[in-house]
This record gives sequence, structure tokens and C-alpha cells, in this order.
Amino acid sequence: MTTLSEAGRPGAAPDPADAAEAPVRGLWRQGFVVFCENRLALVGLGLFILLAGLCFLGPLFYHTDQVHTDLAAVHLAPGEQGHPLGTDGVGYDQLGRLMLGGQTSIIVGLAAGILATAVGTIWGAVAGFVGGWADTAMMRVVDAMMSIPSLFLFMLLAAIVTPSVPMLIVIIGAFAWLGPARLVRGEALTLRSREYVQAMRGMGGTGGRAVRRHIVPNAIGTVIVNATFQVADAILYVAYLSFLGLGVPPPAANWGGMLSDGLADTYSGHWWLLYPPGIAIILIVLAFNFIGDGLRDAFEVRLRRR
Amino acid sequence: MSESTEPKVRQHQAAGDGTAVQPLLELRDLDTDIALRRGTVHALDGVSLEVMPGETLGVVGESGSGKTMTALSIMGLLPQGGQVTGGQILFEGRDLRSLPADEVRRTRGVRMGMVFQDPLTSLNPTMRIGYQVAEPLRVHEGVGKAEARERAVEILRRVGMPRPDRIVDNYPHELSGGMRQRVAIAMALVCSPRLLIADEPTTALDVTTQRQILELIDDLREEFGMAVILVTHDLGVIAGRADRVAVMYAGRVVETAATAELFRSPRHRYTEALMEALPETAVREAGKEARLYSIPGLPPDLSRPLTGCRFAPRCRHVTDECRSTDVALSGGEHQFACLHPVSGTPTGPVTLPAPVVREPAPVEAAAPVRVESTATPVLSVQNLVKNYAAHGRGLLRRNAGQVSAVADVSFEVAPGETFGLVGESGCGKSTVGRLAVGLERPSAGQILLDGTDLAGLAGRERRRMHRQVQLMFQDSYAAMNPRMRVDAILAEPLEIQKVGDGAARRARITSLLDQVGLSRRVLERYPHEFSGGQLQRIGLARSLALQPRLIVGDEPVSALDVSIQAQVLNLMRDLQRELGLAYVFISHDLSVVDYMADRIGVMYLGKLVEVGPAREVVRAARHPYTQALIDAVPSITPSATAARDGVTIQGELPSALNPPTGCRFRTRCPLAQEICETEPPLAGDRHQVACHFPLRPEADAVSAQTGTAA
Repeated sequence: MTTLSEAGRPGAAPDPADAAEAPVRGLWRQGFVVFCENRLALVGLGLFILLAGLCFLGPLFYHTDQVHTDLAAVHLAPGEQGHPLGTDGVGYDQLGRLMLGGQTSIIVGLAAGILATAVGTIWGAVAGFVGGWADTAMMRVVDAMMSIPSLFLFMLLAAIVTPSVPMLIVIIGAFAWLGPARLVRGEALTLRSREYVQAMRGMGGTGGRAVRRHIVPNAIGTVIVNATFQVADAILYVAYLSFLGLGVPPPAANWGGMLSDGLADTYSGHWWLLYPPGIAIILIVLAFNFIGDGLRDAFEVRLRRR
Repeated sequence: MSESTEPKVRQHQAAGDGTAVQPLLELRDLDTDIALRRGTVHALDGVSLEVMPGETLGVVGESGSGKTMTALSIMGLLPQGGQVTGGQILFEGRDLRSLPADEVRRTRGVRMGMVFQDPLTSLNPTMRIGYQVAEPLRVHEGVGKAEARERAVEILRRVGMPRPDRIVDNYPHELSGGMRQRVAIAMALVCSPRLLIADEPTTALDVTTQRQILELIDDLREEFGMAVILVTHDLGVIAGRADRVAVMYAGRVVETAATAELFRSPRHRYTEALMEALPETAVREAGKEARLYSIPGLPPDLSRPLTGCRFAPRCRHVTDECRSTDVALSGGEHQFACLHPVSGTPTGPVTLPAPVVREPAPVEAAAPVRVESTATPVLSVQNLVKNYAAHGRGLLRRNAGQVSAVADVSFEVAPGETFGLVGESGCGKSTVGRLAVGLERPSAGQILLDGTDLAGLAGRERRRMHRQVQLMFQDSYAAMNPRMRVDAILAEPLEIQKVGDGAARRARITSLLDQVGLSRRVLERYPHEFSGGQLQRIGLARSLALQPRLIVGDEPVSALDVSIQAQVLNLMRDLQRELGLAYVFISHDLSVVDYMADRIGVMYLGKLVEVGPAREVVRAARHPYTQALIDAVPSITPSATAARDGVTIQGELPSALNPPTGCRFRTRCPLAQEICETEPPLAGDRHQVACHFPLRPEADAVSAQTGTAA
């Protein structure tokens, strides 16, 4: 039927002269431009670089002993005895600990997020493309796992195995892939029935070509955007687990664990143990969410200027 | 209610006097801007309009002309970022822009009503019909629950709903498109408005339903004594219904006049060009072989400053003066903003200063191809059946029956011929197209391409056959991968069929672009950078890449504006002549099919009810359904609409889940009798019809130049 909806896209038809003169740019380049126009996305990206730089490059310039406890210098307030952020209950320098903890949080977050996205994407894509019984069976597995409260399972698993960084990545990844699996399956189902896939089949093309040339390139945006949110979620999961005392054992640290330790000192006025890790968690999660929003715009072809 | 009776009386008297009546609504130099992410679109620029009480004003224009923005500005429903930045909206003499907000809201809510294009999205799916219809009453008049229901039933009865007392408890999804639009109209009318704004009220509906809705609006206008603003892109809809017409282009009113006057002698060059671009005009005035006049180029980008006449870059009669001078509307009854108007002689479009270029003797050129090769039709469909399993609800999804999408359809398409397939939505015409190109497998029956049965082939052979027949989509944007550049899109069919090497493919793509009239620069661009008409050209180029002998066009021009549609139709014809292509042209628009097709097949509910030469089917229809379809098509000849009083069908299309036995049309047919419960065969020689009571006997074989005997 005729759909002449002007309301949505006023002046959408381009000036032919305009279309001829505008420089030709690739999709990635155009996407980059759109991403850069989103201020919050840039803020997010800057924030992430800042935090990652602090955690990974900071220790090169700011040397602290994060292995041996120093019971002579516990609960020092910020600024005392050359500790800019003070010290904690066992005498570790708080700023150095923040950097060390950040390393764990970011590594576990990134790795678990990527792992979850990869597993979920493959699972969902296979279910969506193959369809039929395979789809039904695979998605029921996802439904079943989703029905179990993840926090409960995390606690159970963390109690059974000794938490280490690789173990945390696997544990979190093992449960976080359910979301991406559902998302990608839906995407595959809609992409499979798109008219351009039908047009290709009308030319005599095969299923393999449909997946390679049409479905994967169009689904990749959704997957990448989702990956950034997965990373943010994984960082929060690390924090939850550590907060519950199921994180990596000392002297290793992470932001959630630091928060948990600091909580015990809430009423003793040791605010410097609570606020820095809390704020750091908020900032990094925000950063990934902003980046994800920006990427979403960048991958939306229709938002591009002609 | 009591409030609105008093002005109604006054205005009825006023309308009777005819002179010195205050307009019900007057727009003065209205400017509307829409702020987008980048830049501002000046959607309306100095729009002035008047609507008299009790009058129907037609506002017509192509997409982007500002007709919808005008309606939305009046109603205060502009999209985000939209704002009226200048001018006045005088309703009953008071400027809506300077009144207090509360009063404006009341005025718009009670004294104006609006009907939108899509009746599905303009109704809330979670609300019962009755509640929804009465909502304005409860908001603005504070009536109680029981009374609201009563009033809802009453208004639904007046818009012609069957069993209104039961419908009030239904939800929107339980009604058909036409019924939903009636509900939307009832909703707009429930407060007895003085002004009804209908924005493309019938664009989403089938022609037979469209006719019912337009007649309803007409009747209601008289009954309620209200004024109507009918906004549409379809000149035909306006011609039959409006008292006066305003033609809009690029955010301005370019011409207003009484309807008869405007269609008899349009003055503005844009109006003139628009009418010439209609296939209907071409068929009537110059015969079917004439090319359509197509307006070159695209409408201007309204986000940049424009000087001079906005139509100047696309106008045949442009002078330097046009480009530099802003032209105001002339005075008088027939206003137009054109420096070089069509001369005022009432003969109008017949005396064209620049005659349409006609190819020398295209009939002769095309006809021999047809005759010599009628031996093997390029496409032969025999007893084609397609059923879809309908799933019931619940976990086990038991089969709840079959939807009979295509039932026993047979036809042939000769090489170089255009076979038009018309019918309303849901009649199975698109399914036939998809079956023909092999996107779906038939439940029964045969599809022969060049004499080879598709069903007998598998794998590689089957894919090779795909070369012979290609599909052209309605929405080319949806049919192109948004992440692929045009060169990749055009190369894809060649890659799939492994035609030539890289260099040969590039050469082929360049020649394809030349054929569809696009510059080579488009190769590096992405689909979203093109307008609808350009996309349709690229789509056509892709269909042609494999040098098929048949192209199945599924509503190929339905989403395009009239002027762009003419460009694409002309192109399709040129290519047919050059390459000897055959088309299956699927459309709901009878006037386009009439223009394009050599032979027409009419489908109703999965069955082919009439097949014959285009001229005979359209001018001497034998099946009552075809006649009803023809009568329902709005025409730009106002007298034609009034004169036709042939077959009017009422009611709705029956469900294809349990189609009526025998003749499927019998449930709505005015001529139906008992014998219609048995199925009539498709009988006849050249002009076949499946009806027990055909309207007229088969016309004698007149100079049988197209000997396509079945």
C-alpha cells in the first residue's frame, strides 16, 4: 500500500546536486562521524581511557607495596604520611589499591563480557538460522538457565571453586551469555526474512551466502553494542561477588571487594575507604553504557546524513 | 453538546447566504519550522488557506509538500522539534496562537476532529472501541460512564457500523481496516466538531473500502454541517469529493481554485505537470502507447534558503525571472503563484505547449515480437494452488485449518508482453508473484518457465532458471542490504550466477546504470543516500543484471509520488521495448495497470475471476467484481466519478481461512443467486470470466492482434 508518511521525515528527499557533490565516505567512516557527534559517547570513551590509564599505567609512576601489610600505618586519613588517599585497615595505600583493584575489575569485566557475547552470539545465531527443533531445544535451555537466580548460582559456584581471575571470568561468562543469545536469535530471525535476503534468494543465492553477506554484517552492530553493555554488567557482577566476599582472595584486590571492606568502616568515619571504589565502579559502568549508546547510533545506517 | 448547537445554526444560515461569510478557519501566512539534529526544515512557508463553514477543502501535494504539516499545525500536533513560527491560525475569527493554552486545547479538542492515515496505529489496541470513541466526551464534557457508552453507540451507528451496541465492547484488532477507519472517524466526530481534518484517510485502504469511507465523510459533512479538510496525495480522491482544492508544493500553496475549475483549467505549471503525469490522463488523451509526462528532478530541500519559484528547477517553462522573483498568489477566486501560467482557456491540458515526446510507432515495434513467439509463453502458470497452514494458539500449535492464498490460478505471459494482475489486498496477487519467481513453493499446480517445469528442477539447475525471471520489489530500500554499496548490490546477482570475471561484471554494471539513467557516481554510495525513485531505478537495474526474460513487479510504483511514478513507468516501458522483456505487473492501482498492461487478470480471494486484453477488461468488464473495482477507482475527471453508478459492493473481504464455496465473490455480489454456490469455470476465448452471470458477452474478436488464446 502507499505510504507517503511525510510527518516522520520532512525534507527527506535530497537535493540531487547535493547528493552528487557530497564526498563519498565509507560506512565505518560515517559511523565514526556519528559516534563523535554524540557528546556523551565521547565523554564515555574519555572516561574509560582515563580510568584504564590510571589503573594500568598509574602503578608505573606511583609505586606502592600492595603485598605486605603495614600495621603501623592503618587507617591513615588522605594526605597523611604521603598517602594521597590514605590507607586501609591493614595499611595498604588506598590509591595504589584502587589501581590494582581496577586492573582486576576491568580485565574480568572485559574478558567476561566478550566471552559472554561470543558464546551468546554463536548460540543465538545457530538457533535462529537453523530454526525448527534445534531452535526450540536451544532456546528452552536458555529459558531454563534464566529462570535460576544468577546471584544464587554465583555464590554456590564461588563457594565450590577457589575464585581466581580466570575462574571469575568463566563463572560470570557462563551466565551472562543468556542475554546476547536471545538477542542475536531474534536478530537472526528478523534478518532472515528481510526483503534483501529474499531478493538474493530470488537471484538463486544460497543460504550460506545469505549468512555471510547479509545476515552477519547486519547483525554485527547489534552484537558490538550489546558487548559494551555486557562488559558493564560483568564489572558489576565482579563487584557483587567481591562485595559478598566471594571475590579474588587478598592480597589481590578489586573494586567490589574494596567497597565491601570499606563498608565495615562506615561508622568509623573512614570515608576514603568507601567513596573512591564506589565512584570508580559507577564511572566505569557509566562509561561503557555511554559508549554503547554512541555505538548504537553509529551502527544505525538510517541516522546518517545523506 | 449544548454548547455546539448554537453556532451550528448560525453557520447553516451563513452558508445559505453564500456572501460575506466569515471563514470557519483561516490560515494567514503560516510558517512552520521543524528543528532536526542538523539544521531546521522550513516545512511551511507563508501558507494561507480559507475553509468556509460546511465546505470541503482538498489539500493535495506530493510527499514533503507540507500538506500534512499544515494539518498538524492546525491541530497543534506537530512532531518533536516542530513549531509554528509565524502567521495566524484563525478559527471562528480567533487566533489560536494568541489564545490561552487551556482554551486552545478545548477548541482543538471539541470543535475540531482529526482522522489519521493508518487506522491501526491511531487506535489504542488495549482499549475497547466504545471507551476510545467516548474518550473525548469524558475529557472535554465530563460525561459519566453510562452516558459515554450511549453516545459512543449512537455515533458508531451514524458512521455506519453494523451492530454498534456490540462493537463498543470489541478491541481494534477485531475489526477490519475499513471498520477501524470508521471508528477513527466516529472518534473525531463524537464532540460534534465544526471542522474535520482527514489526513490521507483512505490511503491505507483498498479502493472499494476507500469509496465507502469517502462517501461516509461526504454524508457526515452534510449531516453534521461541518467543514472538512481532506489532505491527500491522490488527485482522484480530491476531484470527486472537494468543493475547493489547494495544491501545495515545497511548503507553499501554489494554486487554489474551485475543484471543477482547477481540474478543467489548471493554471500553475506544477498542477499542470502533475495531472499530465497521471497514467489516467495519458490513457484518456493520447492512448496507451503515449509516454507519461514525468517531472524531472526532485522537490527542493526545505532546510536551505530558497529564492524564486520553488518549482522553477523542474519546470518546462522556466525563465530567469522565475528563479529570482518570489511569486505571490494572485487574487480572485482562482489563485495561483506562477509567472507563466497556463493560458486561461478552459480547454486546459489538451493544448500542451510542449508536447510529450513520443517514440515512433512503438506498437509496430513491440507487436511482432509478441506474435511470433506466442508458441512458448515465457511464463505459464497452470492450476496453481498455494495454501498456508494456519496455526492455532497454545503450546502444541495444532493446525487450525488452511489459508487458501491462491486457488487454481492459470495464466500465460507471452514474451515481450505485460500481464497486469490487480486485486485488493489479501487477494493473493503477491503470492502469485512470489511463486512465479520461486521464492515460495506451490502446494499444487505447475509453473513453466519457457516450457520448463520449475518443480522438476533441483539445486543448481533451479538456481540457473532464476536468471529467466526476476522480482522487482515495492520498497527497494527494504530489498537492498543497507550495509552494501550500490556496486556490490548490482554485482551480487552476477556473482551468484557466476557470470563473467571482475572486469566483465564492472562493464555490465556500468551498462546497467546507463540503461536505467543513473550516473556512475551512484556506485560508491549506500542505499540510504537515495530517494525513492532513484532506489526503484537501482532495483530495476539489479533485476536486469542477469538479462531475464520476465520481471515480476510487485507494486513497483505504489510507494512513489505521481511525478516519480511516471519516471519509473516510462523507464519500465522503454526497457521493455529495448530488451523485449515481459512483465508481470502486480498492483492494486487499476489506472496504473490499465496504462502498463497488455492483458489484465483480476484476482479475488485467491481466484482469477477475469482475464482479458487490458482495454476490454477496463472498459467492458464482464465480472461484477471487476466492474465494482473500476467504479471505485477515483478519477480526476470529476464528472466521471459522479456519473458512474454501476456496481457498488458493500461489506468486507471474507476470510481466506474458510473462503465461501462456489464463486468466492458471491457473498458480496449484487447479482448472486443460488447457482453461484457452484463454482463457475473461467470461460471465454480471449476475454475470460469466471461468473455465472457475466455483465456482458465477450466482445467479438476485434482485429485480434494479440492472439493469446489460452
